[in-house]
Amino acid sequence: MSVPVRHFDAVIVGAGGAGMRAALQLSEAGLKTAVLSKVFPTRSHTVAAQGGVSASLGNSEPDHWHWHMYDTVKGSDWLGDQDAIEFMCREAPKVVVELEHFGMPFDRNADGTIYQRPFGGHMSNFGEKPVRRACAAADRTGHAMLHALYQRNVRANTHFFVEWMALDLIRDAEGRVQGVVAMEMETSDIVVFQAKATLFATGGAGRIYASSTNAFINTGDGLGMAARAGIPLEDMEFWQFHPTGVAGAGVLITEGVRGEGGILRNAQGERFMERYAPNAKDLASRDVVSRAMVTEINEGRGCGPNKDHVLLDITHLDPEVIKSKLPGIREISIKFAGVDPIQAPIPVVPTCHYQMGGIPTNYKGEVVVPKDGDHKAVVPGFYAAGEVACASVHGANRLGTNSLLDLLVFGKSSANSMIEFIKSEPAELPELAMADVERSIARVKRLDEQKNGTNVHEARSAMQRVMQNHCGVFRFKDMLAEGVDKILEVEKMVKRCEIADKSKVFNTARVEALELENLIEVAKATMISANARTESRGAHVRDDAPDTPETPNGRDDKNWLKHTLWHRDGNRLEYKPVNLTPLTVETIALKTRSY
Amino acid sequence: MTTQTIQFRVYRYDPDKDAKPYMQDISVEVDSTDRKLLDALVKLKVKDETVSFRRSCREGVCGSDAMNINGKNGLACLTDLKDLKQPIELRPIPGLPVIRDLIVDMTQFFKQYHSIKPYVVNDTPPPEKERLQSPEDRKELDGLYECILCACCSTSCPSFWWNPDKFVGPAGLLAAYRFIADTRDTATNERLDNLEDPYRLFRCHTIMNCVDVCPKHLNPTRAIGKIKDLMVKRAV
Repeated sequence: MSVPVRHFDAVIVGAGGAGMRAALQLSEAGLKTAVLSKVFPTRSHTVAAQGGVSASLGNSEPDHWHWHMYDTVKGSDWLGDQDAIEFMCREAPKVVVELEHFGMPFDRNADGTIYQRPFGGHMSNFGEKPVRRACAAADRTGHAMLHALYQRNVRANTHFFVEWMALDLIRDAEGRVQGVVAMEMETSDIVVFQAKATLFATGGAGRIYASSTNAFINTGDGLGMAARAGIPLEDMEFWQFHPTGVAGAGVLITEGVRGEGGILRNAQGERFMERYAPNAKDLASRDVVSRAMVTEINEGRGCGPNKDHVLLDITHLDPEVIKSKLPGIREISIKFAGVDPIQAPIPVVPTCHYQMGGIPTNYKGEVVVPKDGDHKAVVPGFYAAGEVACASVHGANRLGTNSLLDLLVFGKSSANSMIEFIKSEPAELPELAMADVERSIARVKRLDEQKNGTNVHEARSAMQRVMQNHCGVFRFKDMLAEGVDKILEVEKMVKRCEIADKSKVFNTARVEALELENLIEVAKATMISANARTESRGAHVRDDAPDTPETPNGRDDKNWLKHTLWHRDGNRLEYKPVNLTPLTVETIALKTRSY
Repeated sequence: MTTQTIQFRVYRYDPDKDAKPYMQDISVEVDSTDRKLLDALVKLKVKDETVSFRRSCREGVCGSDAMNINGKNGLACLTDLKDLKQPIELRPIPGLPVIRDLIVDMTQFFKQYHSIKPYVVNDTPPPEKERLQSPEDRKELDGLYECILCACCSTSCPSFWWNPDKFVGPAGLLAAYRFIADTRDTATNERLDNLEDPYRLFRCHTIMNCVDVCPKHLNPTRAIGKIKDLMVKRAV
């Protein structure tokens, strides 16, 4: 079977913040770069980020990257790698200022500097008191950032392949990555993109859950492709449930609302966060706030006729502040909750938002997979950045605004690593390894020819129900074990999925079926990793992890201070150590987390 | 849970099998949690997976699901079902080539956006820190930078329908003014030169369909007026 092959120096899959930051670096270095995206670049999900991007600019009050690093390590519940975290926090002011130079329309202070607002878990002086660190463009920071990055790429003449879906990773017999197989959605044509270096910047997979703040396109395509190509997925049990999704709709309400003074209240009107986090209150870390909310609801203090949500109250704020700093939130609240937050509080509920885990990388964006006892062994030619990657800077729980920072810092660092690698490679591309190409084509052929198979919608709904019910904010031993069996049953359905639409022209049914094949890999990785981790840490909290002096809050450092690696082959789990050694400063020592 | 039936009349065209486009009558059951047109369309696609449309964020920031809804352009994800007269007539946004069903080829639209050089031009070496901008100067960008490139405006503009290759259109001109208004941008003269042409700017006849349909409540006509003012000012 012959497939057209196109040749590049670099291929980037995904045109969100990480992909476009990397693309800019590669284009400006004069390398022949292809960027593949399922959607027009400005439709990528970075566009929906609201509250800000963190950097210790200190524009309103003293701040320091070392304090930012401390907060990030603490937020990660010590599962984050301290070398990567130091790197990210030190780079933050540089990449944010760069973004301003690219044209990002940040809000401004009276002195003309970038406006910064308080955010959950952002503290000064190693956890002492809240600090203004989140650099914001109203409550549309992601939109402003994504458009600024796209615009800068237009200037750099970056070559985008818009509405192309990458199907599979290509590796040779030694495991070196050679590029991807991809499908043009408009024609269903399949083409190989061969390159010296391949970057996955495909974002998250929040659509494994029934209720998610994520866009429809967040289907974990990079994770699915990596898993099928024998790359393990790291720390997939850690999913962030954002405290404030609009009840019923799932649409995100930024933490910046609480940064500007918003308060969470239960049915009695009580500001309940004072009981759970006496110091940081409503601006405690996201995992802490989400658990407090679910506890309030479970104990009967939820609001509404079904007592199934709590209220986010900003009615005490100056309406002008709401209009100038939170205009998008006001619009979302009116459109999706039917309330104007100037007059009435917004009904909110914790909603799946972000995956802390992903493709294992180092802080240079190189993908690392254990080999011959070396858990830092680099996979030649393969890079990952942004939500799809696990560097790991977020550990067991991500701090708000560190996601936009992550994609700037690691989009740039991975591109710099790629440039170095490409220059060291021979000018001629090696012979293309056909085995993965043929497997990919066979996968599409199976889908097109399946008869008497499962309906894609039914299989997807089944997966989302299992994940929602068995692997949510609070996790239970029996439910997790049962969840593993159920998700493996769903996998059997997915393998037999069938589409009725056989058209070659913009076949969205085919795209959705292929997306489901990626989602199910993520769902399996999540459920199996969660079932195995018998402690509570960050966003992963289970009923059978006792709170003892040795294991405070159920966190068991003796046995579980380690990263999970899930291998698709046989659902095998292995573990690797957390890097507690930063690049230049001293280790941030283990401590019980409280806010 | 209460359910109700929604009646649709949908523009259908799959060049792989249809000789020409046609309108299809089709209905779908929705429940009380389905508040937006997009919710109903997602259900419709479960019923008939061949119905094709773009969608992503479902909250009005990505700009994917622009369509012509009962004769007016809008985003399916922001349109309340209860406000729509049935059968709900859905067509692709007008004036662009149809690829399939409600999916159009937006090449021409983005070509015009790119033609205005949509990026900050400033050839002075950047300072070590951010370029300063006062809150008042930053405020000039409000109502401009929020555009989501959904094309509701340009594809409701008769001038764009007639000359999509020559008239920049409301979205592109709004973007042009976004950079003219930015105190960090030093290319105002070049930008005005780029637009000084019988078609590129001056085909706007202030019909204001763009303002009427913009799902983000932006006002391209006002931005176009400001560009025209600057042209006059620089001429005298």
